[in-house]
Amino acid sequence: MRKYTPKDSVQKQAYFTDRFFVSPPVPRFNPNSDEIFAKDFEEINYSINVQEAFIEHTHLVIIIDKSFLISCIKLLKEKLEYDMLMELSAIDYLATRDGYEIFYEFLSLSKHKRIRIKCFLQKDESLESVTSLFKSANWSEREMYDMLGVKVVNHPNLKRLIMPDDWYDHPLKKTYPLQGDEAASWYEVDKIFGKEARSIIGPEQRDPAAIDRYDTTRFARLGHEVPFDTDISEFEPETNISYQEENTSKIMKKLKPEESVVLKRRR
Amino acid sequence: MQQPNRLKPFFENIHFEREDNTMMVNFGPQHPSAHGQLRLILELQGEEVVKSRPMIGYLHRGMEKMAENMMYNEFLPTTDRMDYIAATSNNYGYALAIEKLLGVEAPRRAEIIRTMLLELNRIVSHLFWLATHALDVGAMSMFLYCFREREYAMDLIEDYCGARLTHSAVRIGGVPLDLPSNWIEDCASFLEILEKELHTYEGLLTENRIWKMRLENVGVITPSMAKSWGCSGIVLRGSGIKWDLRKEMPYGIYSELDFDVPISDTCDSYGRYKICIAEIRESGKILKQLVPMYEESDTQLMAHAPNYISAPKEQIMTQNYSLMQHFVLVTQGMRPPVGEVYVATESPKGELGYFVVSDGSPYTYRMKLRTPSFQHTALLEELLVGCQLADVVTIIGNLNIVFGEIDR
Amino acid sequence: MAQHKINYLQDNGAAVKLTTIDKLVNFGRSNSLWPMTYGLACCAIEMMATGASRYDFDRFGTIFRASPRQSDVLIIAGTLTKKHAEFMRRLYDQMPDPKWVISMGSCANTGGMFNTYATVQGADRIIPVDIYLPGCAPRPETLQYALMALQQKIRKESIFRSIKKKRLV
Repeated sequence: MRKYTPKDSVQKQAYFTDRFFVSPPVPRFNPNSDEIFAKDFEEINYSINVQEAFIEHTHLVIIIDKSFLISCIKLLKEKLEYDMLMELSAIDYLATRDGYEIFYEFLSLSKHKRIRIKCFLQKDESLESVTSLFKSANWSEREMYDMLGVKVVNHPNLKRLIMPDDWYDHPLKKTYPLQGDEAASWYEVDKIFGKEARSIIGPEQRDPAAIDRYDTTRFARLGHEVPFDTDISEFEPETNISYQEENTSKIMKKLKPEESVVLKRRR
Repeated sequence: MQQPNRLKPFFENIHFEREDNTMMVNFGPQHPSAHGQLRLILELQGEEVVKSRPMIGYLHRGMEKMAENMMYNEFLPTTDRMDYIAATSNNYGYALAIEKLLGVEAPRRAEIIRTMLLELNRIVSHLFWLATHALDVGAMSMFLYCFREREYAMDLIEDYCGARLTHSAVRIGGVPLDLPSNWIEDCASFLEILEKELHTYEGLLTENRIWKMRLENVGVITPSMAKSWGCSGIVLRGSGIKWDLRKEMPYGIYSELDFDVPISDTCDSYGRYKICIAEIRESGKILKQLVPMYEESDTQLMAHAPNYISAPKEQIMTQNYSLMQHFVLVTQGMRPPVGEVYVATESPKGELGYFVVSDGSPYTYRMKLRTPSFQHTALLEELLVGCQLADVVTIIGNLNIVFGEIDR
Repeated sequence: MAQHKINYLQDNGAAVKLTTIDKLVNFGRSNSLWPMTYGLACCAIEMMATGASRYDFDRFGTIFRASPRQSDVLIIAGTLTKKHAEFMRRLYDQMPDPKWVISMGSCANTGGMFNTYATVQGADRIIPVDIYLPGCAPRPETLQYALMALQQKIRKESIFRSIKKKRLV
């Protein structure tokens, strides 16, 4: 039986998990423990249905439902002076919670505080764009769509930003392997030379530990070169180490063609 | 014969008969003044840009995905390659983010050494910016002069970090090695040379009529535009907003240091140029203040947190338990607390933020790298409209964008 | 796989080495290699540093040209991504013969530390490479040495060359 490979996350997992060790959580505090955040939280809680709110490492984190997103962000921008949207992206929880968790990172220049708004998006739902409020969301949402497949509604230009326009699948998903899937590995060959060249160029050499049988003792097989299809399971014959490239002057070297080994293709 | 391939000439992409009579110019992914791989598709009406579409992604190497597959310490050298001009600022931001996640604090001497490296990197980055910007605008000898100074700074960095460009000399929890013996004296002599040369650069460019004509009123970014587009760093300070993370939300030992934050009220490229020169001077000032602080500090270099951080090398080589712990940390990786942090530092380009989501496993669950150049390039969509073609080059050079950061 | 092939004469080039003319032409070719500014990522900074004041590139006779139509050498400095691979091939095709390629840094040699979905694992999947230059980023002296090695290689060539490049697997 082959080994069980979980398909919902093909990223690297820890190969050893301690049965009894529980990682401590990053400490969370009540929003009322900090005065500025207490006031902000009061304002937000007044007009918006907040699911959860806490302070996690100098950030006030507010988890809301996605329908309140635009009104909340408008409130933050206009009333609460959080006038810069620093970052916006999504976290892939497709395997465990069947959706994405979107986060918005705000900075207030006057209050010197940061706030994070999070909302959960089911797999088939789409997100409202906040480009009308903050222009920096323009490219951030494009990148989110490109990398994770989160669909955004009302966006001025929702196209792939970082990957090529005809790329297949969204790379940052947990089901996408780090080294790329089949379509990715042949992308440049197909684009430039066409599918026929796949066999000529050969697959990518992705193994960082690829070594030849004799790499440690004979670097590049110097002195023991053989043409490609020779059987080397027994031993390799010694070759004289002198190279003569084709079509140079025959006056220069004294190699006889019968005695020499002609390498048509290495390896 | 050339190897046959499928690439056809691009002529079918140029429309010759357009109703509005604009010309499409492809400022392609390779050209001398693109500062990396920026593809700008400009529609020109005569010499004036009517519409601009920046296209990026030609240097995307998948760093965020690599972070999900590598252990925390293993990922540190990869962050070097983001902003490859000032590599330690990325490393430091990452190390700081993970330290905040873990809840450890680096010891004082480590912080001082890291801050010295950071300021040196700031000087290096601004000198590079000056060199390439001046080269693009046309002042070619500035390139050679600035690189000469840069070589001295890179010598200093090489003495400590071992490499000129990709440093990775900081670790999560501190620094592994102390400064070499002559480093401080060399640094002091470098700062003297830099002072003199800055004077030369200012003399060459600041009151230069051609420089002023090229840079004044070019690339005007109003404060509301800057805030809406999420700009930070010199772009934000060039629009008159006094915001420097080192002063406003200090991290490390910046709260103890005394330096100014130059801002400019003219929101154009000339103001940003002046800020850049002033910032090099401020970095020199900071470096001078750090020297006595270094000499008085205690010699501990790495934080003491055996769960997460290995012991110093002398202990690993002699004590058994330190060796065992180091082995486990290196092969399996440390298990940080479960949660999320977003930590931002002031890199020479702007606000560099790391959003780390950890689920307790040795590999990050999600790492989002918030880089300043990403938003500054997005800004180009709006900024280039209405300016002349020659100004496009000035603006791109002036915004200090690095493509390793944008595409990650 | 990829190879240069210039058939100036019908049957695989002249059978006799034209010593003096070869030497003269190769002297000219090797001592005035004009690279194209093809800096992609971090190695570009080291390439710029090589061209700058301390490690001067100009003394080799190299002048960095912006246009591929006017250059001899393509120094691939930096990571080649799949999105960019098409453009690199176009630029290489636009360069006139004789042309050489130096692949600078680990990313251009074999994909480097970026063993990911978006990186081409080595520029030699697309372009025939003459000199591979290891390092991350290679020091400016290393780049100068690579250029000197390329110069020696050029001097040994016959001017009607059809030498097949070996591909680093």
